[in-house]
Amino acid sequence: MTIIDETAESPGPQETGRPLLEVRDLHVEFSTRDGVAKAVNGVNYSVAAGETLAVLGESGSGKSVTAQAIMGILDMPPGRIPKGEIFFRGQDMLKMSGEERRKIRGNRIAMIFQDALSSLNPVLSVGYQLGEMFRVHQGMSKKDAKAKSIELMDRVKIPAAAARVNDYPHQFSGGMRQRIMIAMALALEPDLIIADEPTTALDVTVQAQVMDLLAELQREYHMGLILITHDLGVVADVADKIAVMYAGRIVETAPVHELYKRPAHPYTKGLLDSIPRLDQKGQELYAIKGLPPNLTRIPSGCAFNPRCPQAQDVCRTDIPLLFPVTERDGGELVGRGSACHFWKETIHG
Amino acid sequence: MPDKTIAAKVDALPGDTASTAGVVVTDSGPAPEKARSLWSDAWHDLRRNPLFLVSAVLIVFLLVMAIWPGLFTGTSPTHADLAKHYLGKPNWGHVFAGDWLGYDVQGRSIYARVVYGARASITVGVGVTVAVTVIGTIIGMVAGYFGGWTDTLLSRVTDIFLGIPFLLGALVILNSFDDRTVWVVIMALAFLGWTQIARVARGAVITIKQSDYVVAAKALGASTSRIMFRHILPNAVAPIIVVATIALGGYIAAEATLSFLGVGLGDSAVSWGGDVARGREQLRIAPHTLIIPSVMVSITVLSFLMFGDAVRNALDPKLR
Amino acid sequence: MAELKKTDESMDATPNVTEVQTVDAATEEEAVAAVEAPVDRGEPILQVRNLVKHFPLTSGILFKRQVGAVKAVDGISFDLYQGETLGIVGESGCGKSTVAKLLMLLEKATAGEVFYKGQDITKLSGRALKAVRRNIQMVFQDPYTSLNPRMTVGDIIGETFEIHPEVAPKGDRRRKVQELLDVVGLNPEYINRYPHQFSGGQRQRIGIARGLALNPEIIICDEPVSALDVSVQAQVINLMGKLQDEFNLSYLFIAHDLSIVRHISDRVGVMYLGKMAEIGTDTQIYDHPTHPYTQALLSAVPVPDPDSRDGRERIILTGDVPSPANPPSGCRFRTRCWKAQDKCAQEVPLLAVPERFKAANTPAAHETACHFAEEKNVVHAA
Repeated sequence: MTIIDETAESPGPQETGRPLLEVRDLHVEFSTRDGVAKAVNGVNYSVAAGETLAVLGESGSGKSVTAQAIMGILDMPPGRIPKGEIFFRGQDMLKMSGEERRKIRGNRIAMIFQDALSSLNPVLSVGYQLGEMFRVHQGMSKKDAKAKSIELMDRVKIPAAAARVNDYPHQFSGGMRQRIMIAMALALEPDLIIADEPTTALDVTVQAQVMDLLAELQREYHMGLILITHDLGVVADVADKIAVMYAGRIVETAPVHELYKRPAHPYTKGLLDSIPRLDQKGQELYAIKGLPPNLTRIPSGCAFNPRCPQAQDVCRTDIPLLFPVTERDGGELVGRGSACHFWKETIHG
Repeated sequence: MPDKTIAAKVDALPGDTASTAGVVVTDSGPAPEKARSLWSDAWHDLRRNPLFLVSAVLIVFLLVMAIWPGLFTGTSPTHADLAKHYLGKPNWGHVFAGDWLGYDVQGRSIYARVVYGARASITVGVGVTVAVTVIGTIIGMVAGYFGGWTDTLLSRVTDIFLGIPFLLGALVILNSFDDRTVWVVIMALAFLGWTQIARVARGAVITIKQSDYVVAAKALGASTSRIMFRHILPNAVAPIIVVATIALGGYIAAEATLSFLGVGLGDSAVSWGGDVARGREQLRIAPHTLIIPSVMVSITVLSFLMFGDAVRNALDPKLR
Repeated sequence: MAELKKTDESMDATPNVTEVQTVDAATEEEAVAAVEAPVDRGEPILQVRNLVKHFPLTSGILFKRQVGAVKAVDGISFDLYQGETLGIVGESGCGKSTVAKLLMLLEKATAGEVFYKGQDITKLSGRALKAVRRNIQMVFQDPYTSLNPRMTVGDIIGETFEIHPEVAPKGDRRRKVQELLDVVGLNPEYINRYPHQFSGGQRQRIGIARGLALNPEIIICDEPVSALDVSVQAQVINLMGKLQDEFNLSYLFIAHDLSIVRHISDRVGVMYLGKMAEIGTDTQIYDHPTHPYTQALLSAVPVPDPDSRDGRERIILTGDVPSPANPPSGCRFRTRCWKAQDKCAQEVPLLAVPERFKAANTPAAHETACHFAEEKNVVHAA
């Protein structure tokens, strides 16, 4: 069950130069009517300050659950974290008291959700909700908090911020609401932002605006950013590295540009092939056969084996580790890993 | 509240937007082996709920008592022997015997009266619940489905009825009847009590009316009655049942209250509320004449409330 | 409107609007017969003319008075040919879903006509209407809410036969339902299961089976795959393609995902704020767009391929879509358009082939609603 990547061998928590956030061998389970659903099964990833990690996966892959575990907003019960560590600035957050965690949440780590409308309180003006952050966390006066709210709304490029500060959430369009969410996340200048499908609910022409804004602010504040998405295209321009998840595990890691050109895991490959292209018309789409696994009954060995076109006996018995991926001649490929017994065949044909 | 319950099993989000644990689980993997309806799911939950088991056993016990009181005692509740039994104390050793729970002021067996009194309470409780459910569901569905002026009219009528204080209204109505049988009490309470169900049903129907599967049925050319009875009613029935079971306990309490006030069932009827009222006069010298029927009312009301609560937990997917 | 005239055949083999050969049925029998009559492949089967839907905005509690209207669909015309797939793309609020509801007669059109085989279906009733309903079916967006959670799969699909008993005799229905499950790639033994026992992709297959049950000629698909995971999307799209060939179906495919629409469509219409901005074959729209909105929309589509991304020009529009309750005067796109001039505020551009492209035999010669139409290839790397 141990999956070791380069981060797991890094020195102890007190060491400087460590990444901002480091998730190690995280497991999350849920008790359900049908048994224990293993949503996350040993996830390792890390994010440094100023770095953007994209976590790509379909529903049930565990990408959102991992983020909820980091934020400490998992419903427990039915959720449970039987194993794993989440280091934030070298401290394991899972060992902290509730009070300590609360201080980090919202203050040092902020989260942006997909549905901005339901994340904002409908009966309070956006200015009040933004200002609340400053009043509660920094003890600012009402007047200062309001001025600060307007400044923030300017930062996220909401037109006529001063005039709109007293408007209510429903008076803003979807894109503007998502900007307000970003402003709230930014308010206390956190070290890390986790964005869970931040543009999925938005229209195509607005998606690009919001994603650009997020990337720009991240550079400016030198924050760590975790982008959770199901759409590689959306994050391709802003992410530095990408982790692909399937059935609660990371199956592939790669710098974002290399992933598309040369996927090293059959799942990634199938996923990329099944996206229709804008610039040409195909006859039939490639489709990965079958369905994602039931998390209460994850197949033995590699979880992808029943759907994999190149599965062998070993895939049904041994869980593949995240193997470092190299060039054909053994040359190093920085940051690449694939949890496939046959990664060589996949990437080098 | 009704609006939330409608979502039933529809609570799962679209595939690519899974964000909560429940969704992650429901959306993955092949379907389990056997067919599972909402009711079988609810039954699965109920069977494991101690609250449900305790209340169900009590309710079955009370129902048996109401239907076949002869199984519990051979003594008649109206047989009075003033000379022998005037305010006789309970004789705790004589379980199920006539003098087990003592005698009232007229020398009637309190045990026998408690057993026979169940029938009045349960009949009123169940009768009123059935009546309000039928009336309320029909009015709520018609208002919710047709909307417009029909809805405005029916909703205002509902509001007017809701404005009548329940007990005061019942007092006034029952006072004008000389012969207050069980059926009169049921009619009076149902006349005043249907509004709650109507509101719940209307809310549920309005939500369900907009759901895609109703639109799909309309697109197929389904008739109004088919849409109402095949699509809307089966989906609206869960919140209605929840409200009805919880209200049942309240109606039993209301009957007891009215009987206590002397406007419930007539003096000749055997009812717990009436016995409590008569027991009050002997509170100082024979408190058991008041306490025992009161405890029976409490147990019965509590049983139905617990039952309703358990049913709500099982049928309301938001609490899962 | 001007576009009702027949366009030059030499430039465009399938013009957007052709002449309507109306059928005047005197009796209900004649109307039903007209609905049942076969249509040749490549002939128009559905002709939409100046379709308008305004949702009134009212104020006041007791005495409601109209204070305005949401112009969800504001005069659109197009033809759907037998056997083709016409894609309709647009952002949220452009009215594309309202078009679907109007064609399904789930909403009453404020104005305009929908001719199905020459008969205006907005004016039909009785048996003729029922026959039309049988022939035009719909697949919904959300497979989680479009199936009644209290009914088994067998009941959901079988209900279509109860409403239209002439399609399948009673004893035959169960077998037919199982056949349909097989056709859409589900195990026929699942007939007694409830919708929540299936995954999203499987549910959408059930929805498609319901749509197919009556052997319709047209299926209107309102965002049929947008709620599904990428790997499952491909399966459903392939299934729909297969079924189209097998059952000779015409699809009206409404979606916001431009890549998927290109993949499945023969022709594509782009909607903006209740109007058709541009319509043409998939090559004309994707490789030779002439309307600035189409160009912006195409350039904004996130593309995972780093090579095709690097060379692309990105047009990032400013601001949001205006409210359909109060659309801009003249061209509705002008508030976000980089080409907008005074003329755009004053004159509503008509959907027509621009004069200057008419002479040349180029793919840019397709209908567009812009005063300053210009060809611009934004999809392919420069």
